[in-house]
Amino acid sequence: MKILVVDDEEDVQPLFLQRFRKEIKNHEVEFDFAQSGEEALDYLKDKHSEVVLILSDINMPGMSGIELLTHIREDFPTPPPPVVMMITAYGDEENYKQAMDKGANDFLTKPLDFNLLKEKLKTL
Amino acid sequence: MTFFTYAALFLLAIRLRRAIKLSPITAKWNAPLYGIALATVGVAFLLDDLLPNDEVEGIVIALVLLGVVEFLKREPDFKRFHVLINAHYPLIAAVILSNIVALISIKFYKKYDDYFQATQLAAFGWIFLRVATSKKQQSELKRISERKDELEILVAERTAEITKQRNELQETVKELQSTQAQLIQQEKLASLGELTAGIAHEIQNPLNFVNNFSEVSMELIEEMEEEMAKGDMEEATAIANDIKQNLEKIRHHGKRADGIVKGMLQHSRASSNVKEPTNLNTIADEYFRLAYHGLRAKDKSFNADLVTNFDPALPSINIVSQDVGRVLLNMFTNAFYAVHQKQKTVGGDFKPRVEVSTRTIKTPKGSEVEIVVKDNGSGIPDAIKDKIMQPFFTTKPAGEGTGLGLSLSYDIIVKAHKGHININSKEGEGSEFIITLPIA
Repeated sequence: MKILVVDDEEDVQPLFLQRFRKEIKNHEVEFDFAQSGEEALDYLKDKHSEVVLILSDINMPGMSGIELLTHIREDFPTPPPPVVMMITAYGDEENYKQAMDKGANDFLTKPLDFNLLKEKLKTL
Repeated sequence: MTFFTYAALFLLAIRLRRAIKLSPITAKWNAPLYGIALATVGVAFLLDDLLPNDEVEGIVIALVLLGVVEFLKREPDFKRFHVLINAHYPLIAAVILSNIVALISIKFYKKYDDYFQATQLAAFGWIFLRVATSKKQQSELKRISERKDELEILVAERTAEITKQRNELQETVKELQSTQAQLIQQEKLASLGELTAGIAHEIQNPLNFVNNFSEVSMELIEEMEEEMAKGDMEEATAIANDIKQNLEKIRHHGKRADGIVKGMLQHSRASSNVKEPTNLNTIADEYFRLAYHGLRAKDKSFNADLVTNFDPALPSINIVSQDVGRVLLNMFTNAFYAVHQKQKTVGGDFKPRVEVSTRTIKTPKGSEVEIVVKDNGSGIPDAIKDKIMQPFFTTKPAGEGTGLGLSLSYDIIVKAHKGHININSKEGEGSEFIITLPIA
């Protein structure tokens, strides 16, 4: 299962790799990373069919996670559409509503609860 | 004929006494002048009995009058009565001359009796004439002195009024100074308020990393112990390396949060005014993010491209970092505000963009550090370009801006750091704020 993580914070990458160490080792999941919405869209152009799940930060310089979500839903409607989970430090009602309206499948708040995330992955 | 001389002496004393009535010298001279007047009457009877003939009596009393006249003339108190006093000389002269002539040759005197008497009468009359003139002069002088008093009172009143006004103005200046100090403090607090959300976000991120990396490291240690128990030292060493890297990251993010908290405290604290070598790239980056997240937290629809072009070789410069940081924060907040305004009006395709760049420039006077804050926002209309540095000038709606940001920035950069602030702006296209600071 290929997962794309979009976050402007570079250190998110080793964090995910270590947290999913066992799963990666057992070839249950595979991670790719993008540091901005633009980079993510570029990546998806070629690989959208491979990516099952997109985890995106909302608050990023340049294209925001919500904009990225809008683009994903517009540009890649071919079924099955990727599952998109939004992640944000601002876990307020408005942010949640906006994300869900734009077509997010789930909404997670920082700090990320990796055990919860793993549970959610099992249901995919 | 001695009667005229006595009368003249008596009247002189009486007139002077009346003239000085109600003046400051009354107390001193009232009694002596009254004495002279009474004495004149007494002496008249006394001399009439004592002296052998009228002629000698006439000369003696004329000399007495001369003595009194000379005495009065020497008194500075009677300076203004000189006209009256001097008027007695002709009478004295006429009386003495007539009597001496009579003593020398009574026959000659008797022959021209009428002339001598007429001369004395005329001299006596002269005194009255002079008295009238003197009175006129006196009243004129009195009028002038009254006018002078009036003017002096007026001047005193005006002076008091001006002094009062000056004191009031000084009070007002003091009040204004303390109000200004309060406003500066409020501006600091206001900008801190704008920052709070940004700060929370900026601290949350490193804290998440600290928590996550320490948690994952604990898991890694358990795994490492398992690997070691299995005897797979290679895998154990690989995990140990990961743990080492994680600890490094924990330290890095801990320091990041620490720096943000310190910066926040510095921002709200009164300026220490101590210039210290500072890396402008660091504070520019820090405040750039804080300003962005501050605005982001207030309005979630807002987004902008943050572009940084920091010169990695930028030398450290001596600045009061919290003050210059405040200036940068103000510039960033303004830039984000401008692009946000444009986004609201233009909407749709507009891509808000704020760029900060640093570089070193050579000038004839030496090297300078230049920081440019550039936005593609609403720009500054020409009509207000001259006003934006003025205190209390703001285009923001009431209650949103203090109007002190740029004014304080000017004080900090130009007055305190001997630098410059230049502005390039075109309405509708964007603005560029260029700050230069000397390296020294």
